[in-house]
Amino acid sequence: MKIHEFQAKEILRRYGVVTPKGQVVDAAAEAAEICREVGGRCVVKAQIHAGGRGKGGGVKLAGSPEEAEAAAAAILGMQLVTPQTGPEGQLVRKVLIEEALDIATELYLSVTLDRARGKPALMASASGGMDIEEVAARDPDAIIRESIDPQLGIQPFQARSVAKKLGLEGSTARQATKLISSLVTAYLDTDASLVEINPLLITGDGDVVALDAKMNFDDNALFRHPDIQAMRDLEEENPLEVEAAKYDLNYIKLDGEIGCMVNGAGLAMATMDIIKLFGSEPANFLDVGGSASEEEVQNAFRILISDDSVKAVLINIFGGIARTDRIANGVVAALEESPDVKLPVVVRLEGTNVKQGREILQQADYHFIVADDMADAAQKVVAAVKGGA
Amino acid sequence: MAIWVDNDTRLVVQGITGTEGRFHALGCRDYGTNVVAGVTPGKGGQSVEGIPVFDSVAEARESTACNASMIFVPPPFAADAIMEAAAAGVELVVCITEGIPVADMLKVRAFLEDHPTRLIGPNCPGIISPGMAKIGIMPGHIHEPGKVGVVSRSGTLTYEAVWQVTNLGLGQSTCIGIGGDPLPGTNFIDTLAAFAEDPATEGVILIGEIGGSAEEEAATWVQENLDKPVVGFIAGRTAPPGRRMGHAGAIISGGKGTAQAKTEALKAAGIAVVESPAEIGVTMARALEK
Repeated sequence: MKIHEFQAKEILRRYGVVTPKGQVVDAAAEAAEICREVGGRCVVKAQIHAGGRGKGGGVKLAGSPEEAEAAAAAILGMQLVTPQTGPEGQLVRKVLIEEALDIATELYLSVTLDRARGKPALMASASGGMDIEEVAARDPDAIIRESIDPQLGIQPFQARSVAKKLGLEGSTARQATKLISSLVTAYLDTDASLVEINPLLITGDGDVVALDAKMNFDDNALFRHPDIQAMRDLEEENPLEVEAAKYDLNYIKLDGEIGCMVNGAGLAMATMDIIKLFGSEPANFLDVGGSASEEEVQNAFRILISDDSVKAVLINIFGGIARTDRIANGVVAALEESPDVKLPVVVRLEGTNVKQGREILQQADYHFIVADDMADAAQKVVAAVKGGA
Repeated sequence: MAIWVDNDTRLVVQGITGTEGRFHALGCRDYGTNVVAGVTPGKGGQSVEGIPVFDSVAEARESTACNASMIFVPPPFAADAIMEAAAAGVELVVCITEGIPVADMLKVRAFLEDHPTRLIGPNCPGIISPGMAKIGIMPGHIHEPGKVGVVSRSGTLTYEAVWQVTNLGLGQSTCIGIGGDPLPGTNFIDTLAAFAEDPATEGVILIGEIGGSAEEEAATWVQENLDKPVVGFIAGRTAPPGRRMGHAGAIISGGKGTAQAKTEALKAAGIAVVESPAEIGVTMARALEK
C-alpha cells in the first residue's frame, strides 16, 4: 500500500526523524496562513501517490503568503501529469505547505528488502535529489549498501559508517546517524516495504532534514497496523481496481483492448504476453484466484467489461482448485445480467470439470468463441478485435 | 526416481480441520499420498475421514513418523506453523498459504538456518512426483510419470506447461512450484541441483516471472553445472513497471527484474527460452530428441 508524503512524514516524525515545519491543506486560502506560520517563505507540494511531481509542475516555491496562496490555487484541482501517472494524470486534492530551507547538499537514503540476500538493506548515496536509478546504473560504487539483521535492527556502528561514507562530519554526522537508525526502526516496526528519503537535506547550518519522504507497506501485514491501513486513500487508486478489491479480485487496469480473465497470476501474465505476441494489447490483468466462486467470477466479468476500452474478452482458465463449471456459470450469469453486451468472448477452459464447463457455455444464449488451447485462444481473440475494427 | 517426494513420503497436514486443509488433505490421499496425520491446535484426538488429528506436529511425528508437512494455516499463523514443523524435525515442509507478511518470513529464514528442514513455498501449489505422491493443490490427473522436471514460480502456469508435456507423452519426474513470494524457502538453484542428481529427470522446464533476480542466478548456475537440456519461459513481458502482478514477487522495480533481462540471461546460459507459453512443451520435446 502507498501513502502520501505528508502521511509518511507524520509516521517518521514519531521515530524522531526531522522534517520541515509545515501542514497539509486542501484549500488555497489556508496555504497563506501556514506560509506565514513557517516564516513567510514556503514550498507548495502536490500530494499525490505518484513520484516525479516537480517535473509536472506540482511543486512550487513561494516567496510570500500571497504567492503561496496563488501557487496552492494553481496546483489544487490540477490534473498532475508525471512520468509515473500515465498521460491522464492524477487530480490533486491536497497540498503540503512547508518552510523553505536553504539547501547545501542533497543526499539519498532508503530501506527496502534485498531479495537476493533475504534481508532488509539500507541504501545511501551522496547524489540525492535526482534519479537514483540513473546514478546506480552509471556509477554503482556511488551507492552505499548496508545489510540489516531484521531481528536485531541496525547497529550504531553501521549507521555511523554510512554517515561517514556519505562524507558527513561533526554534528551533521551525529544527526544523520540518528536519522538513519530511526529510518530503519520505522521500516521494521511498520512492516514497510520501502522507506525512501530523497532528498535528505543538509542545510547551510549543517542540520539534517528529511525534505521528502516516501513509504510503501507490505499489504499482507496491514492487518496488524490499523493506523496505517486508515491512511489508505482510495481516491488515488483506479476505481475499477478498488471495486475489484472488494471481491478479493486481483485486477490491474492496462492500456490495451483485450479484456482478460484468468485464474492464477503467472498464467494471467502469460496470457497477457501471448496476446501481445499475436499483435494486440491486454486491457487488464485479472486473476480470479485459485478457488473462485461463481459469484466472484460474475463480479470479475462485470468489472472487466465495464471498461470502455475493452473490444473483446479472452477467458483462459486452467482449473485446478478452480472448477471450470463454476467459472462457466459465473460468466453466463454476468452476460445475462448485461444483455446489451455484444463483445466477442473467446473461452479456453481446461482442467477440473472441463466437460461440464464446456457444456454450460454451449447451452447458453450467448455465442462464445471456443478455443482449444492457449495459442488458439490468443489467435481467435486478436482476430475478433482486428476484424471488428 | 524423483526428488524430495516419493513412495516413502508420510504426510502430516497442518490446518487439516479447515475447509481448504481438509479438501486438499483428502485430495492428496486420493492421489495416492500416504497421509498419516493432521494437526490443529486444540483439536487433538479428532479424526478427518480416518486421518488422526493431533494438537502439535511433535505429537504427530512421535505417533506417525511423518516426514513431510503440508500447511494450510491462515497467513497470520503460518510462519509459526512452519517453525513448529521444523522444530519437530519434519524433513520437508510445503507451505501453501498465500499472504504471509515478509517480516514473518524473515523470522522463518533465520529459524531455519538452525534446522535441516527444506521449506517449499509459501504461496505455492506444492510438489508432485507423478504416480507416487503429491503434496499440494495441483490437479493430479493432468500429470503422468515421465522424464521432465518442472520448476516454476507460478501455479496455474505450471499446470499449463505440465499439460503440454503430458499431451506430448513425455511425462514428468517431479514438478515443483516454488511460489510467488519474494522470499521462497526453496529457490530455482536448490531445485535444479536436485534435478541434476536425479537419474529420472532428463530435461528441465524452468518457468520464471518478472521481479527479483532468481532467474538470472539460476541461469548462471545452469551454465556452470547442469548438462541436461533446459527450456525456459518468463511471464510478464507486458507487465508495466511498479505494479504488483498478483504475486508479491512479481513487480518490476527500478528497471530491474524485467522479462527482457531475464530472457537474455537464460539465453546466454544456453537455455532454450520460448516467447510463447504455448510452446513450452514442444520445445522440451525437441530438446530431448537431440
